[in-house]
Amino acid sequence: MSEEPRYSLPGVETQKGFVPAVVRYLDSRIGLAGFLSVLRKKEVPVHKHAVWYYVGGITLFFFVMQLLTGFLLLVYYQPTAPHESVQAIVSQVEFGWLVRSVHSWSANLMVVSAFVHMFSVFFMRAYHGKRDLLWYSGILLLMLAFGLGFTGYALPGDEVAYFATKVGLDVAASTPGVGSTIANLLRGGEDITTTTFQRLFALHAAVLPVLFMPILFLHLWLVQRHGNHVPEDLKPESIKQVPFFPTFFLNELIVWLLCLNLLTVLAAIFPWELGAAADPLKPAPLGIHPEWYYMAQFQLLKLMPSEIGPVPGELVGMGLFTAAAGAWALVPLFDRTAKRARRVLYGGFAALTGLIVLTIWGYLAI
Amino acid sequence: MKDENRFSRRDVGKIVVGGVAATYAGALGYPVVRYLASPPGMDEGSDVNEVTLDAPDAYERGSGILFRFGRKPAMLLRRPDGAFAAFFASCKHLGCTVQYQEQQDRIFCACHGGVYDPSTGRNVSGPPPRPLDPLEVDATGAKVVVRRPRSAGNEAG
Repeated sequence: MSEEPRYSLPGVETQKGFVPAVVRYLDSRIGLAGFLSVLRKKEVPVHKHAVWYYVGGITLFFFVMQLLTGFLLLVYYQPTAPHESVQAIVSQVEFGWLVRSVHSWSANLMVVSAFVHMFSVFFMRAYHGKRDLLWYSGILLLMLAFGLGFTGYALPGDEVAYFATKVGLDVAASTPGVGSTIANLLRGGEDITTTTFQRLFALHAAVLPVLFMPILFLHLWLVQRHGNHVPEDLKPESIKQVPFFPTFFLNELIVWLLCLNLLTVLAAIFPWELGAAADPLKPAPLGIHPEWYYMAQFQLLKLMPSEIGPVPGELVGMGLFTAAAGAWALVPLFDRTAKRARRVLYGGFAALTGLIVLTIWGYLAI
Repeated sequence: MKDENRFSRRDVGKIVVGGVAATYAGALGYPVVRYLASPPGMDEGSDVNEVTLDAPDAYERGSGILFRFGRKPAMLLRRPDGAFAAFFASCKHLGCTVQYQEQQDRIFCACHGGVYDPSTGRNVSGPPPRPLDPLEVDATGAKVVVRRPRSAGNEAG
């Protein structure tokens, strides 16, 4: 990076006018030229699997939509009157139903694309070697997204939200040792009250997003640093490169517009429902179940007998799931030789199949 | 045909891209603006035209109280001669709620020192540019009734 041209925009050093002046100003203060030349030199490989490169960007798009619609919901949502305020948003505020529907749909689509992104990275072995931190930061982002999903699901305070939150926190409470303490800290006591909504709201709208952002920037910066991973079964010399800017960027922009269209059409045609206000005295509604991305765990818990030997069945189920998720998160540690890579690949197929089977089974068993 | 070359292919492309971008900006911007501009309960109290207060005798001569007129603060004064006067209590300078000061017999705004006449609401000294917005008082019945003036001027303040 020593003999770089000073300005990557040709002629900007001498050109008159507002834009060159702004570029010169920013360059002298923050080194914009370096940034621009990195952007100009960045290239993205094109090959038969290159379509997967867009999925991370799609996840990012849905996250940005979550931020924007979240800011809007923040204007009217009240954790002290959760159901009433969401009811007011969807019935009194103009386009409030749409904003809330987009937020809910985008949350689900973000988890979908995050899963697709993760599995495509896994099966292309893009977590390998020096890319391990990309994998670990991605796993952290997924866990935070799950936390955002869980806390956000609770906030409308309707029946399903109430029981999902109750079950979720009871599951957390059954963790040996610190479980009940953590659950009580989240709830602000033994029961779900206004205090609980205030806390889940604080986590959802402040704590988790603030934790999310720096990890997201690390993740994106690591992509810049290591470039796009090319699967090993492709011959590197036969692979064409296209410039990131403008070619890939414009393609990504089109993908984002398609996502925006899909999102708004889904949100408008299938507005997210708001159930009746939660009432602890009413029995849990029949067929109640969590969001689809918790369905596999849900089904596994349902399959466990009440006791397996001396251990509660619930704990065995959770233990199994936690062990599998932990192994998944640490896969860069296992995958170090070609022989192991093959085993990891089979393990990945088994995990994906297990998740899909449990999820479908869960829906059939409702 | 000279006009054939007025728009180049590039110009047409720019217009199309610009038009699509503007359409998206409008389609996204309009709901956002409407969303922010329509808080729930915004209309509550804005259609209040009349407020019934206590019996006339409940108010001492030379006193002033604040009450709610819809969503806006208002002031009822009973003058030393027994007459009533009422105003919206938002200062015409920058909207602080004014107070009646018995000692000086004046309506005073603590924010920037505006002073109004307690019988007429006229701005007497300090920064206020206009008199307080008036309300009509009917003290002939069992209760004092305060009404928005029929010929609604700029009282919405």
